[in-house]
Amino acid sequence: MNLHYLKRKAVNMAALAASAFSAAFGIVFLFWILKDVITMGLPAIDLSFFTRLPAPPGTEGGGLANAILGTFTITVIATAIGVPAGILAGTYLSEYGRKSHVADVVRFISDILVSAPSIVVGVFVYALIVRPFGGFSAIAGAVALAIIMLPVVTRTAEEMLKLVPNATREAALALGAPHWKVTVLVVYRGAIRGITTGVLLAVARVSGETAPLLFTSFNNSFWNFKLTEPTATLTVTIFSYAMGPYEDWHAKAWGAALLITSVVLLVNIFARVILRGRSA
Amino acid sequence: MSEKIIIKGLNFYYSNKKQALINVNIPIKEKVVTALIGPSGCGKTTFLRCLNRMHDLYPGNRYEGEIILDGENILEKGLDLIKLRSKVGMVFQKPTPFPMSIHDNIAFGLKLMGIRNRGEINGRVEKALKDSAIFEETKDRLHESALSLSGGQQQRLCIARAVAVEPEVILMDEPCSALDPVATAKIEDLMTDLKQNYTVVIVTHNMQQAARVSEYTGFFMMGEVVEFDITEKIFTAPSNKLTEDYITGRFG
Repeated sequence: MNLHYLKRKAVNMAALAASAFSAAFGIVFLFWILKDVITMGLPAIDLSFFTRLPAPPGTEGGGLANAILGTFTITVIATAIGVPAGILAGTYLSEYGRKSHVADVVRFISDILVSAPSIVVGVFVYALIVRPFGGFSAIAGAVALAIIMLPVVTRTAEEMLKLVPNATREAALALGAPHWKVTVLVVYRGAIRGITTGVLLAVARVSGETAPLLFTSFNNSFWNFKLTEPTATLTVTIFSYAMGPYEDWHAKAWGAALLITSVVLLVNIFARVILRGRSA
Repeated sequence: MSEKIIIKGLNFYYSNKKQALINVNIPIKEKVVTALIGPSGCGKTTFLRCLNRMHDLYPGNRYEGEIILDGENILEKGLDLIKLRSKVGMVFQKPTPFPMSIHDNIAFGLKLMGIRNRGEINGRVEKALKDSAIFEETKDRLHESALSLSGGQQQRLCIARAVAVEPEVILMDEPCSALDPVATAKIEDLMTDLKQNYTVVIVTHNMQQAARVSEYTGFFMMGEVVEFDITEKIFTAPSNKLTEDYITGRFG
């Protein structure tokens, strides 16, 4: 009896140790990356990093102001395209399509699209927009990112809307409310925090994408205020600078990596805070 | 006492072809409380949800027969469901507060009626809360979330919300089953007040409750109405053996 008890205790300890080790294993890498990005990136960040254009190749100094603006613009446009479409698609799945065949097909395709390699999306937009319009552009980059966001936002919106109890919908309908008012005034209010969180996570995810931008917005060493011209982004800059021959480029790439990592981290933390507010 | 609703030969089938109501013929009298009792799965909630056509939300459900409300058959095709539901309000088993403030919960229905004047909305919110005996507890926190109220308060808020749009009939589907005895007593008092102005139909599992609050009682079993009569008669001298067995607790 006692032996049996000791054995159970030992197995419990072993399981605990194994899972704690696995958790630590993952966390160690996260902090290792953060430490490297911060120590290598911090020296590159100064005022001119945010305000000046890249210096000519081989010379020191300059900044990545154009890439910062480019990443911001492309992410904002991608959000403006991807989020409304995703929320409306999620609304269709949860409130209208429900168990219909069309809804099932949309769900299935969304799930495939979530796991589609992002470079494939880049190539697709290259064929869809870049080739026909004869050049790389911020718009093409934004469309590629919007396509990556779409299924994520759709499925999160659907899941969050489904969390609103059916009894709440019935209660609103029983007051004589038409279906669309029930959806917009009651169901959305119940799901708003969850949907916002999902949107923020999707934005954080696409703002760190590189592959889909290589074939779409490409790169640019100068200011560009036209959406139809090639546009620099932080992620593509990291890619090209890190591969380049100059020390200063490497330093700038680390700086860009630190900036984008910080922004993604902040957005993620912000999303967590919103989600925590919901359960309170 | 006139009849508000007359149910004639009502059959109801769920989308899986299961017949849930078999030839129901009962009257619902105006401005009294009618209680529906019976064992679980006997069709009383199904019946209640026919009266505001709640079953229409889910495709494949089918009605047969007639439900005559103020001389009009509400099972008629092409009937305006929005109009019907603003005339026949409903309170559910579990409280269903909307995720918004206490004030907005009630204002929601008023705005649906097309009331835009802020003063009128505020006045009617207050009146509905007073009529539902919850004003005193909420008057200082009207703009806090309705989800912060206790279960019993939420249920009275839901009654206030249903009353605010001034329906003629109020359907209550086991409104006290999720509440403690104190909250239950408050809601029962409320029902007694409500019948001054409204026709109330209540589904309940609690036979004492039916005896306390209602004037008429219908006993359902396996989709059929076994007996429908004045409450006092049902509980003291039922004419059907099944009714007697049920109310004396021999089954169910």
